[in-house]
Amino acid sequence: MNMLPANPKLPLLAVENLSVEFRSGRQWVPAVCNVNFSVEPGETLCIVGESGSGKSVSTLSVMGLLPERTARRSSGRIQFDGRALETLSDAEMTAIRGRDIGMIFQEPMTSLNPAMRIGTQLAEVVRRHAGASPRTARRQALEMLERVRIPDAASRLDAYPHELSGGMRQRVMIAMALMSRPKLLIADEPTTALDVTIQAQVLALIAELKREFGTSVILITHNLGVVAEMADRVAVFRAGEKVEEAPVVELFDRPQHPYTRALLAATPRLGGGSWREGRVLQTIDGAPSPSVMPAPADAGTALRASGLGKRFGQTTGWLGRLAKPIRAVDGVSLELPRGQTLAIVGESGCGKSTLARMLMLTIAPSEGDIEIDGQATASLRGEARRLVRRRIQMVFQDPFASLHPQMTAKQIVAEPLVNLGGDDSRTIDAKVARLFDLVGLSPAMLGRHPFEFSGGQRQRIAIARAIVLNPAVVVADEPVSALDVSVQAQILNLMASIQRELGLSYIFISHDLSVVEYIADTVAVMYLGRIVERAPRAALYRSPLHPYTTMLFQSVPSLDPNARRFGHRIAANELPSPSNIPTGCRFRTRCPFATELCAASDPALAAQDNGHEVACHYPGIATQDGQARMSELA
Amino acid sequence: MIGYLVRRIFAVIPVLLLVAVAVFSLLQLTPGDPAQLIAGDTATPEQIQAIREKLHLDQPPLVQAMAWGSALAHGDLGTSLLSGVPVTTLIAQRIEPTLMLALLTIILAVCVGVPLGTFAATRVGSLIDRLVMLLSVMAFSVPVFILAYGLVYFISLKLHWLPAQGYKPLSAGLGATLNSLMLPAVALCGVYMAQIARVTRAAVIEVLTEDFIRTARAKGLSRLYVLIVHALPNAAIPIVTIIGFGVGGLLGGVVVTETVFNIPGLGQLAASAILQRDYPIIQALTLLFAVVYVLVNLLVDLSYGLFDPRVRVWKAVNR
Repeated sequence: MNMLPANPKLPLLAVENLSVEFRSGRQWVPAVCNVNFSVEPGETLCIVGESGSGKSVSTLSVMGLLPERTARRSSGRIQFDGRALETLSDAEMTAIRGRDIGMIFQEPMTSLNPAMRIGTQLAEVVRRHAGASPRTARRQALEMLERVRIPDAASRLDAYPHELSGGMRQRVMIAMALMSRPKLLIADEPTTALDVTIQAQVLALIAELKREFGTSVILITHNLGVVAEMADRVAVFRAGEKVEEAPVVELFDRPQHPYTRALLAATPRLGGGSWREGRVLQTIDGAPSPSVMPAPADAGTALRASGLGKRFGQTTGWLGRLAKPIRAVDGVSLELPRGQTLAIVGESGCGKSTLARMLMLTIAPSEGDIEIDGQATASLRGEARRLVRRRIQMVFQDPFASLHPQMTAKQIVAEPLVNLGGDDSRTIDAKVARLFDLVGLSPAMLGRHPFEFSGGQRQRIAIARAIVLNPAVVVADEPVSALDVSVQAQILNLMASIQRELGLSYIFISHDLSVVEYIADTVAVMYLGRIVERAPRAALYRSPLHPYTTMLFQSVPSLDPNARRFGHRIAANELPSPSNIPTGCRFRTRCPFATELCAASDPALAAQDNGHEVACHYPGIATQDGQARMSELA
Repeated sequence: MIGYLVRRIFAVIPVLLLVAVAVFSLLQLTPGDPAQLIAGDTATPEQIQAIREKLHLDQPPLVQAMAWGSALAHGDLGTSLLSGVPVTTLIAQRIEPTLMLALLTIILAVCVGVPLGTFAATRVGSLIDRLVMLLSVMAFSVPVFILAYGLVYFISLKLHWLPAQGYKPLSAGLGATLNSLMLPAVALCGVYMAQIARVTRAAVIEVLTEDFIRTARAKGLSRLYVLIVHALPNAAIPIVTIIGFGVGGLLGGVVVTETVFNIPGLGQLAASAILQRDYPIIQALTLLFAVVYVLVNLLVDLSYGLFDPRVRVWKAVNR
């Protein structure tokens, strides 16, 4: 609900006919064209759009922080709090930034100065704008850190950014932006780099502080779930233009512009089902026809892992103190039936990427073994190991960093074949052309270099490269999390159709439960190096049994502005360090239902009905049924 | 942090041992009979024999190494073959001018190079930036002796502003010393200044594109403040590294400069010792220069921890 004063005043910020140009060689090309938007006092405006839509550029030009020499505002009026910002000098703008307009950026890992203590960075704001003495500034910094609920704030003042987790750094960023109580807070994708659990906490914090300080907020995001949770009003941007603006409920109920409708349709939502049931994610430019395809029954096992563990930091250098080893992965057993997809979900730091690297045979497990196509790999060395490694391929998260920039698309896809030897160049050309067709790239693109492709196209190249040797298993580590919603839908559809045609087996690592629901046959939930719940997709999404799984589900934004979840206060609650794993049940420090039994004994992964396995003393307790059962017992 | 310090310091020991072995091998690796070579073509067999005994060249290499190493451990670097004066005495007499020259050179290079590079970095692609880079290429390319003679010709001979030759010791007053060293230091610092300016420019340009710089600007901090307080410390590591290399290079540079300007320092000592094949002096100076180089780079390494707190947890990161 919007708490506007009774008499409609002037908007706090009014941007009129804003156009921004980017330099491209010697020319200036338009990046934002005649955009209008405004923010009322106390209002949250969400600007939603995909990369390149001009949403960040528009707000950076409000701040006067467009990258010099490569971008310029070519027209537009920016009225803020009775002043025309476009007419102000640099010095006058500098005085407004940080004092009247605060800003939070996307990357908490890189947005803080790594060589400066947190307290100093916070204090700078009030020292600059209010001329506060060092002592006053430090006291205010401490108060603000407590306001954003950083645990043990006093000792955090002297910490450096690298000593804090991503979620904590984003809290510091929020504290910094609010240090001098600005009238307007601009948050540019503030939770995109965070885990879904931390995202829920940070969004709840922003909403709470906004209410308390009466700050107006511009929230830039690509995530419609975040929009539904946070917005009063929404502006939809596409390709440098605003295509639609509406109050949030209206936008979700009656989207007017075709692009808004397509964006809503392309967003995977919880409870939508899987591609095997005939579900197809809509893409912006139309969708392939759906086809029902049950998971293949009993086609054998593509990959099996038993008792996998990985410890880091056991050996110490001379004169080094004996460090406590970090158990990144601990006793994980998996089975991936041929032609199916096993999804591994969990927060960052839960060990899922370490597990993926072990399954890839790129790092050696400290214990346990991996069987690929029925062949144990632990004892394999040299050529035999190289041969089995070809059977398992990888698709990485960041399509911009994982392709060799100096090779052409054709060379990248053909490289594994060339390395293998055996095929003459004509056979290789034919195979590469076939793969290009399969992943939906035009043969005309064969000779291009990675920088000439979009993110989605690069991920298609990465998929083609991964399947060129006809592997048994493809490990995909967050393959769509760096992509825009519409492109994400295309890649997920592509992965499903390749699986249908080639019978590939996937290990799909993701933190996004709605994406996993679409692609997975079996889901394993990891927490601090262990699998705490594993179940067939439908069973897990119908009734999650581990309280951690329930917590993950509750953290997913709802996509329904009438059913917001994060209005209440959510305590700062983060994954403990893997070097300091709680005794007993690992999840008990974050579990609202933990008892003495949980502290005393570590529950093993135990089978329930229908192939559902869970490592919890009270399976299903977080569901309403479970709580009813508990109160009966008590 | 203490652990990091101790580990870095201990890691230097094997390097220093290797240096000692290499310096000892200098004489062993001389082709032919080193005694013959040292004594020269006109020496009598008795003279050659005397040299051989003095340098223990008649003993097996291992015994020689032990004798040399044990003397070294007692601070005895041997005696000059020509003058018979202990090498340590010679070095003590000559160290002040070299030290002062090196110090002045590096201070000049840093004080000009860092601001110049930083300034250029804030105006990438501008005329000023290109001018700074052009100057630094020139300073880098012109050999020290040409610059030196050019300076002598104009500043000393034409304008009579500064003395062309010689050295005034510190005992004659700091002003006099600086006066006598100004020209040589300017001639010598060109190369290092250019290197430092280029590296500073590149490092600052990179840091200025970082997200936290944008954060600092969004906080309403001024350009200059952001540049000095946020950007420079984060650009410091490559800069101190190149300064460290510079100090190493300086030791070679002083040989030429001291000869041109007739400064009675270690460089001159080294040059004459080489011409006269005075092996103990050559060995001692090689050893000294190598040790200085290693220690300077140790300091550079340690300073990383000062500028980047993440280096202090180096251990954790490497695992």
